Amino acid sequence: MTAPLLSARGIQIRFGGVIAADGIDLDIFDRENLAIIGPNGAGKTTFLNITTGYLKPQGGSVTLNGREILGTPPRRITRMGVARAFQIPQLFTEHTVLENMLLSAAVRERIWNPLRPLSRIRQRAEMLDLLDLVGCADIADRLASELPEGQRKLVDIAIALAQRPKLLLMDEPTSGVATADKFGIMEILIKALREAQVASVFVEHDMEMVSRYASRVAVWSQGKIQMTGTPDVVMKDPDVIRTVIGG
Amino acid sequence: MTTTLALIALLDGISYASLLFLVAVGLTLIFGVLGVLNVAHGSLYAIGAYMAATLGGWLTAQGYNPWLTFPALMAAAILTGVVVGGLMERFLLRQIYEKDPTLQLLITFAVFMVLENVQRMVWGVQPYFMSEPLRALGNIELLGIRYTAYQIVFLPVMAILTMVGLRYFLRHTLAGAKIVAVTEDREAATSIGIDARKVYFVTFVIGACLAAMGGALATPTTSVLPGMGANMIVLSFAVAATAGLGNIEGALLAALLIGVARSFAVYIMPETEVLMPYLIMVLILLWRPMGLFGAVQARKI
Amino acid sequence: MQRLILAALLIALFTLPFTFASSVTIATLIFAKALAVLGIFVLLQAGQVSFGHGMFFAAGAYAAAYFGVVWRAPDLLVLTVAVIAISGVSGLIIGLFVSRYRLIFFSMLNLAFSMVLFALLEKLFHYTGGTDGMRIRRPSLMGYTFSRSDFDMAMFYYALILMVLCTGLVWLYLRSPLGQALKAVKVNETRLEYIGLSANHTLLVAYVFSAVLAGLGGLAFGLVQGLATPDLTFWTRSGEFVFIAVLGGIGSVFGVFAGTAVYEIVRFYAAALLDDSWQLILGITLIAVILTVPSGLIGLPARLRAAFGGARTNGKDKA
Repeated sequence: MTAPLLSARGIQIRFGGVIAADGIDLDIFDRENLAIIGPNGAGKTTFLNITTGYLKPQGGSVTLNGREILGTPPRRITRMGVARAFQIPQLFTEHTVLENMLLSAAVRERIWNPLRPLSRIRQRAEMLDLLDLVGCADIADRLASELPEGQRKLVDIAIALAQRPKLLLMDEPTSGVATADKFGIMEILIKALREAQVASVFVEHDMEMVSRYASRVAVWSQGKIQMTGTPDVVMKDPDVIRTVIGG
Repeated sequence: MTTTLALIALLDGISYASLLFLVAVGLTLIFGVLGVLNVAHGSLYAIGAYMAATLGGWLTAQGYNPWLTFPALMAAAILTGVVVGGLMERFLLRQIYEKDPTLQLLITFAVFMVLENVQRMVWGVQPYFMSEPLRALGNIELLGIRYTAYQIVFLPVMAILTMVGLRYFLRHTLAGAKIVAVTEDREAATSIGIDARKVYFVTFVIGACLAAMGGALATPTTSVLPGMGANMIVLSFAVAATAGLGNIEGALLAALLIGVARSFAVYIMPETEVLMPYLIMVLILLWRPMGLFGAVQARKI
Repeated sequence: MQRLILAALLIALFTLPFTFASSVTIATLIFAKALAVLGIFVLLQAGQVSFGHGMFFAAGAYAAAYFGVVWRAPDLLVLTVAVIAISGVSGLIIGLFVSRYRLIFFSMLNLAFSMVLFALLEKLFHYTGGTDGMRIRRPSLMGYTFSRSDFDMAMFYYALILMVLCTGLVWLYLRSPLGQALKAVKVNETRLEYIGLSANHTLLVAYVFSAVLAGLGGLAFGLVQGLATPDLTFWTRSGEFVFIAVLGGIGSVFGVFAGTAVYEIVRFYAAALLDDSWQLILGITLIAVILTVPSGLIGLPARLRAAFGGARTNGKDKA
């Protein structure tokens, strides 16, 4: 087996009396699409917050390509190739959609020349292509604040993709997206990730999405990982059916 | 530095810290509840001082008993807090609670500009004095040092009474419970029938009265001058920030820390007197960015 | 169209000494202040208000006074470079601290630092001349020493060129990725961090830039006045800069010049009448502007158009 891309060991975190991570061990491998499922409050988002450096756990370790990254701020982890899309889209709402993308690309390429307008950086075409990929090319010049929830989510993912990550973490990527578009978008997204050889982790509540697009599933329960495995195995597990799928 | 001098510096510091606390606790209370930092707080302090000097001066000129200047100090503080503070909340702040925090800051700054000017128009630029309360209480001797009872007994007692009173009010009275409820969760408080507007009004007036009280009580110990409001707003902010904005108990400790450090600076290195409060604030903030008792709050993402 | 207006404005400004010779000094002061207001304007893009930029304004003027003493008649260009360095370094030192904070803390910490400088300038009178301040010697320019009237003219063009250059630089900067990131600081620091950029560093760069702008403004202002006094860093001075920046509107860099010009001209003619109540009028105007037109002077035409747009179309229909 190949060495994992990202590896979490013994992650412990509690907020007051609530234990959000109680000894989480998880490896994420190159090119896989790992789905994280579990009831609300199981600590799924907390796990993403820890692996991207937003929260510091009280115990445990997280390594990226064998390097310890606990205590590293999100911006460094981002630059090391871990990009993130959020449950509540995090956009620059006073910028247009394209400007959101260009800013992401400009930071990625460290374009600090004060004489070059953001609108004229070389990555413009690349960013338009990316927007096209997530089906948002036609709203490139709209202000991000004007978008409906579904499109915000897509733009949020596109901003993360603009980082050209090795690993993309997505928190409920298609919640808020119209049901009719959901599968189409995920289809395109997973295909694009595969082509670019990007590994992904996505928190998901829709079991059909999980069984269609995940190559592996991790089930979260009360700050612990209840089980991991391929979708068909996990989704047939009686415990999982009771705690996650059925409930 | 001899022990006598050190003791004097300490007593000076405590008396100064008492005044500082009164003003800073008002600032921090308003911030804690309303989420607004009132830059005009310093003006309330100054106006309280001018009112006290005017009222006390008039009483003395009329030949009344100097002890009457004590109720006059209180009256000046409450009058200033209720009238100026009340008008300010009712007609200005109420319109900006929902606005961008930058605009809130600018509005209170603008009120500060207005009040500083009004104050100069009403009282001019001549200094005012009113030392009757100081003389009425006389001196006391402490470890061989003669000190005014006003500064070393009355002021600290007032500060402690305020602290205890405020705690009691917030924890053991209905009005106080309402304030705490609105601070913790405005929506939930409103849904159980608490009138948040009223709570904001009352809190702001109390905070304003505390600032004015600081000014009124300072009058016997210092000359009342233009510019005192501007100095006090940054000083009381330094105290509140050192403690952690919104933290009432911490403000007392921070006021003591800054007050005593400043008065020692006066005796050891007079040039650093003005620097000392800010030096302490900067050092504390470098160590704990949200102040001694403040907590960094992570945004939920 | 916009370029045409801009060109016309520039020509009008550069020929001002020949058209309105009497307005040279007030125009120079407008340019100098506009530089400091530009500094506030830059920070406003990140939603941050400094109540203390008078400290860099004063630093510029005092540096000019100090170098005048040390170097006798310093060269204007050398002086300019020296002030850029001094205000830049002091901006960096203070910025390293204040750029960790936002909003209330940012504003108040700046205010606190400027008040400390004010107190020090007054107190250390052996070095600073106390309340009376320090005289600023007239500098030379590449070996040329100015007569009194030459100097007024030279200062006019010096301040004008500085202001035009800096306005252009700010305009370019705000369009560049770093400037756009600054606007992003106001909106979403989390996302900024998650595309790999520190919001604090972004703000720090802007802070140093704004300190240099205020420093240059203070230099020009001091040279014209021939005097550096502590009141350059008094809170009313910083408040004035904020006032003008908000009045001019945070939407456009050209609002800075417009705002400063309107402000100074009104003050120039109203000063005699209203000196005692100037601060009062400023405060009330500021409140009125914020409550009614938060986008400022530059935003006013758009607001009016929106308010009266319907009426105008009706008029057209009738015609």
